Amino acid sequence: MKSKFSALMLGSALVLASATGAFAQDKNIKIGVLTDMSGLYADLGGAGSVIAAQMAIEDSGMLAKGWKIEMVSADHQNKPDVGTNIGRQWIDVEKVDVFVDVLNSGVGLAINNLVKEKNAVMINSGAASSVLTDAQCTPNTVHWVYDTYMLANSTGDALVKSGGDTWYFLTADYAFGQALEKDTTAVVTKAGGKVLGAVKHPLNTADFSSFLLQAQASKAKIVGLANAGGDTTNSIKQAAEFGIVKGGQKLAGLLLFITDVHSLGLNVAQGLNFTETFYWDLNDQTRAFSKKFSERSKNKAQPSMVQAGVYSGLLHYFKVLDANGGNPKDGAKVVSLMKDMKTDDALFGKGEIQPNGRKIHPAYLFEVKTPSESKGPWDYYKLIGTTPADKAFRPLSESACPLLKK
Amino acid sequence: MTTMTTSSADGVSKPFIRDEMWAFLIMTALLVMVPVSGIYPFFVMQALCFALFACAFNLLIGYSGLLSFGHAMFLGTGGYVTAHAAKVWGVSPEIGIVLGVAAAVALGVITGLIAIRRQGIYFSMITLALSQLLYFVYLQTPFTHGEDGIQGVPQGMMFGIFDLSKPITLYYVVLVIFLLAFLLIYRIINSPFGEVLKSIRENEPRAISLGYKTDQYKLMAFILSGALAGLAGAVKVFVAQNASLTDVHWTMSGEVVLMTLVGGLGTVFGPVIGAFVIIAMQQYLASFGQWVLVIQGVIFVVCVLTFRRGVIGEIAHYFRRSL
Repeated sequence: MKSKFSALMLGSALVLASATGAFAQDKNIKIGVLTDMSGLYADLGGAGSVIAAQMAIEDSGMLAKGWKIEMVSADHQNKPDVGTNIGRQWIDVEKVDVFVDVLNSGVGLAINNLVKEKNAVMINSGAASSVLTDAQCTPNTVHWVYDTYMLANSTGDALVKSGGDTWYFLTADYAFGQALEKDTTAVVTKAGGKVLGAVKHPLNTADFSSFLLQAQASKAKIVGLANAGGDTTNSIKQAAEFGIVKGGQKLAGLLLFITDVHSLGLNVAQGLNFTETFYWDLNDQTRAFSKKFSERSKNKAQPSMVQAGVYSGLLHYFKVLDANGGNPKDGAKVVSLMKDMKTDDALFGKGEIQPNGRKIHPAYLFEVKTPSESKGPWDYYKLIGTTPADKAFRPLSESACPLLKK
Repeated sequence: MTTMTTSSADGVSKPFIRDEMWAFLIMTALLVMVPVSGIYPFFVMQALCFALFACAFNLLIGYSGLLSFGHAMFLGTGGYVTAHAAKVWGVSPEIGIVLGVAAAVALGVITGLIAIRRQGIYFSMITLALSQLLYFVYLQTPFTHGEDGIQGVPQGMMFGIFDLSKPITLYYVVLVIFLLAFLLIYRIINSPFGEVLKSIRENEPRAISLGYKTDQYKLMAFILSGALAGLAGAVKVFVAQNASLTDVHWTMSGEVVLMTLVGGLGTVFGPVIGAFVIIAMQQYLASFGQWVLVIQGVIFVVCVLTFRRGVIGEIAHYFRRSL
């Protein structure tokens, strides 16, 4: 009964909205920050994403313009069904309009289906899976910060161009790792490099010694880590013990964040290469945002790119709704408006949202500094290459997104 | 009702069966009223699936004394097979559920034959090992899509008439399946077969000396429990519309132990209450973020220290009833 009633309300709101256009309507927005608050990604998103969303609300100036913005947040515990349940309840009962963060690809894809079914919006800045804007793209989802294709592409290409033309892979032996290896191999070969070999390791491996020895024996200039989470940090730590970086080889992480570098420490992480689309110390604007952010965060942490993505994604969302004059309560319509307006924000620079929901912006290849180069806490990266927005992400011609085939 | 003899909490003697019937009626009445009460039905559906899972688990530990630490493999297998059948093969929900349960039964036969050869902690370790084995299989096989899971499973029409995409219809379908399975478990426990299981739990050598082929009984109990856990997984697919690695991960095997312990080991209604408590914590405390796991841990410790029989177990013990 309740759902019928809300469907009726939604229906009549839609009719009203389309009939009157951008005429006086609902100026309420409710944001749902769905993230991992307790697990292994908690540093990456978690409480910091809530702070970022709060800052976006304050900095947008929407409240002064008469908008009423509420926010809820929850821990999905990295379980897709917990995520779906919270999400469904948020949409049905709490009337949440937009989901942000939503890290973890499994949860991200589940919410992706949910927002399509319920016509809400997801601005995903946390999930890595490029499927979100590929085979499973929806008119309700924007994928904001990064994806696996971009990471492989940017890291592979930039490293080959800076002389790292022979590669050896350490690959987590499941779909995710294999996809990363395959994508990166394609990029490396295309850029004129050569892949000398690869070794697969099981998920959650504690001992990487035999794999690392093989990588060392291959004499490849770059050892690519096509794995994630604990496997990546474990392999980096053990690579430091084997002196791989000191021996002249370079480590390239294909999915790594500043929070990982922070927890590894510069002694272990130095010399590591990887791609991010945001770094707090990139320019004056990112420094200004990060200063405000770290003052509010626990342990004075600098924002990760996922948290920066929450902020910048919401600002664009607010800008679009403000230009529209009201919240049409129609997810697909809002997302199409978001795609129509070019994005321009302090953190990711100029960019746009492609028809498949992929937000594009420049990608940066960083190298982790040595302890002597680092001037203070969180001073971790040297910028060694930039891939322009139109080259960094999967070209639309290669995207299998059904939205493109109209 | 009249005799107040000192029967143990689970020694079912005839007069007390009426208590369980009353409890069952109350539970049914409460559950039937959920959609009109304003409680969010999706939460209750989710909890019902886990309640069924916990009841299946309880059938094994509570009544046969076999602690399986790999029960998530049945939940996950039921879920994956059903999700794949419904999404890729496009079969109707009832066929999907049958396939999911069939897969769980097959798995139960194979793993059961291996696991029941050992007792106690060794049995638990074997089931844990087998379920971890299966976890890695599911991580790698293409049809499960690894970490992404099988997403966006269509809900479809049950028997061609019940539209599962309507929350109310879905709720009552899930409820009916749960109640039927619950009655089945109750029937199993109170059958001669169930009595033999209890005797094995109490003293296996004695049961053997009485002429029972205990291995066959244990295998049967293992398969039944696995099948019911598979059913829970299969039904859950239509509620959550996805099947993911979470359901085969060992933490899920741990969670079901927690649910059963909180509710009351070896009680009929205990696992149901336990499942509702744990799922409610996951849902309603989600906004506390990282504290959910801490709270869950504290509750577990409190439960073990102060009411070891679990919520229902303590109530049953206090009133000297069997619930």
